[in-house]
Amino acid sequence: MPTVDLASSPLRELNGALHRLTPSTNETHWTVTNPRGQHNIAVGLDFPVEIEIDGHVGYYCAGMNKQARVTVCGNAGQGVAENMMSGRVHVTGDASQAAGASGNGGLLVIDGNASARCGISMKGIDIVVKGSVGHLSAFMAQAGKLVVLGDAGEALGDSIYEAQLFVRGSVASLGADCIEKPLKDEHKTELKRLLDEAGVEGVSPDEFKRYGSARKLYHFHIDNVGSY
Amino acid sequence: MSAQDRWIHTPPRKSATFDDAAIAEIRRAAATGIYDIRGAGAKRKLPHFDDLLFLGASISRYPLEGYREKCATDVVIGARFAKKPIHLKIPITIAGMSFGALSGPAKEALGRGASAVGTSTTTGDGGMTPEERGHSDLLVYQVLPSRYGMNPDDLRKADAIEVVVGQGAKPGGGGMLLGQKITERVAGMRRLPVGIDQRSACRHPDWTGPDDLEIKIQELREITDWQIPIYVKVGASRPYYDIALAVKSGADAIVLDGMQGGTAATQDVFIENVGLPTMCAIPPAVKALQDLGMHRKVQLIVSGGIRNGADVAKCLALGADAVAIGTAALIALGDNDPALEAEYQKLGTTAGAYDDWHEGRDPAGITTQDPLLAARLDPVIAGRKLANYLSVMTLEAQTIARACGKSHVHNLEPEDLVALTMESAAMARVPLAGTNWIPGSNI
Repeated sequence: MPTVDLASSPLRELNGALHRLTPSTNETHWTVTNPRGQHNIAVGLDFPVEIEIDGHVGYYCAGMNKQARVTVCGNAGQGVAENMMSGRVHVTGDASQAAGASGNGGLLVIDGNASARCGISMKGIDIVVKGSVGHLSAFMAQAGKLVVLGDAGEALGDSIYEAQLFVRGSVASLGADCIEKPLKDEHKTELKRLLDEAGVEGVSPDEFKRYGSARKLYHFHIDNVGSY
Repeated sequence: MSAQDRWIHTPPRKSATFDDAAIAEIRRAAATGIYDIRGAGAKRKLPHFDDLLFLGASISRYPLEGYREKCATDVVIGARFAKKPIHLKIPITIAGMSFGALSGPAKEALGRGASAVGTSTTTGDGGMTPEERGHSDLLVYQVLPSRYGMNPDDLRKADAIEVVVGQGAKPGGGGMLLGQKITERVAGMRRLPVGIDQRSACRHPDWTGPDDLEIKIQELREITDWQIPIYVKVGASRPYYDIALAVKSGADAIVLDGMQGGTAATQDVFIENVGLPTMCAIPPAVKALQDLGMHRKVQLIVSGGIRNGADVAKCLALGADAVAIGTAALIALGDNDPALEAEYQKLGTTAGAYDDWHEGRDPAGITTQDPLLAARLDPVIAGRKLANYLSVMTLEAQTIARACGKSHVHNLEPEDLVALTMESAAMARVPLAGTNWIPGSNI
């Protein structure tokens, strides 16, 4: 179980070593210490490895992740798990702006709050935020699910496509073309699965409201220009 | 008719302000209630490379022998940080154009043509297709604000990465690929419903400003293990500052796209009224690089309205390292071919003017996703035409460079140029022809 101390070891060595992992490796559980807010830790991974980062991280931690399970024991800076393809990224603290931006797959779990634009441009990633999310979250969200146990800021789901949003608390306002939709049984089943995967206990899917696209802006029409 | 009768009314006189195009647009707007969207770049008359001339050699300079003495054209791009910089045999590359905006055969043809002459082609909004990768020896992978089709596997397959901040046809604007072109394959690559109008964002989702961009570039370098070059593409608007900030952000190379540069689909008012002409954007960009001690270290690739080897040579003389072509490459493939005039007429246009690329009805099979239309384009033949055209441009640039006594096209310099108009002299920062006067240089 390798431990990499980023106080003494360059980031390049860590990322390079993680990129060189092969299926025959026994080094499937890594610990990273003293991240001290460094950017781009554990980016571009493509191997089913466990990474535990003990401390706060900067921008783009676990960016473009595939297969790996990355846990940040602390807060994460901007764009955590951006463009993630698969795997799991878990932030035990809060996350800054654009968490999970343009993610295509996998699961991002944030135990605390996420700032503005959480899930912006998401393309299939699932995101569970146990706290609240900031304004313009799920902006132009295309696919995937954003689950918010707390509140959502202004303009939630602005210009949303086919992503599904579930919010347990209040929503400050909905963005253009985002509307509340019925929470049907199939949604509850999916929501329950995501809550379980995120380790959320004692919360029922019935406590959520579902939001998605009104699909009125899918084709540009002059009658809709007042929407934006 | 008596002279008096003849002159009782003045002859019809059309307004220079309300010319035919302006009147037609007012009528079109009044009839439809919506602005005009079209492809291609600015069509208005702009200060351009035609306003510059090379001086050639004489007694004070001596030329190289045409057809005999070597004039090199190779370019290395991305040696600032990348372990594997791009080596181009010619200083002309193919600009980013998406699969989606262009058909599969068109993308393949671009790859074939570029590869045949040792240069690169570039993906676009919507990701990388296997055909494109397979037929492009050197492929630049764009990271765009929409992140459509963005994935790390393709990132690692690329020979270079281009972070697109803006485009000359629409600096500050995103895009709208209309539903007619969002076929099942295009939609699948972009994770969108089939047939909807697809908006391409104008801002990146996860960074804002040069400090963020620096971190973003570092992320891309980490993911690709610092192997391949990273370009930054900007539309020409404030080139001095944008180029300086791109250098500061860690770019290996910068693509500067002027307003004659094409687009797949943008509002006409945007194309014609926002941004700078290519020619006048180059000097401030080069000045920024020189001020930072980065000229020729961070390569400058210029695009927007490049048509022939003279344009290439003029860009290089002004300080660019290479150029990129888009519209011209499509014409070389067969876009706007007069042989298709009857079909253009049916579309309400004429060969040479067809620009409704967003509608997906291109009879040449290039700017379409209609399988029947796309099948009209033979990628082998079209690729050969593009290769021919690129070769001719290169020969033309070499011809001019030799006449100026240069053994490498990069040895062309502003001193080789003069301008035909005061405007172009001021913009290109070269003397007005026959004088030693550069307007504004002594102020």
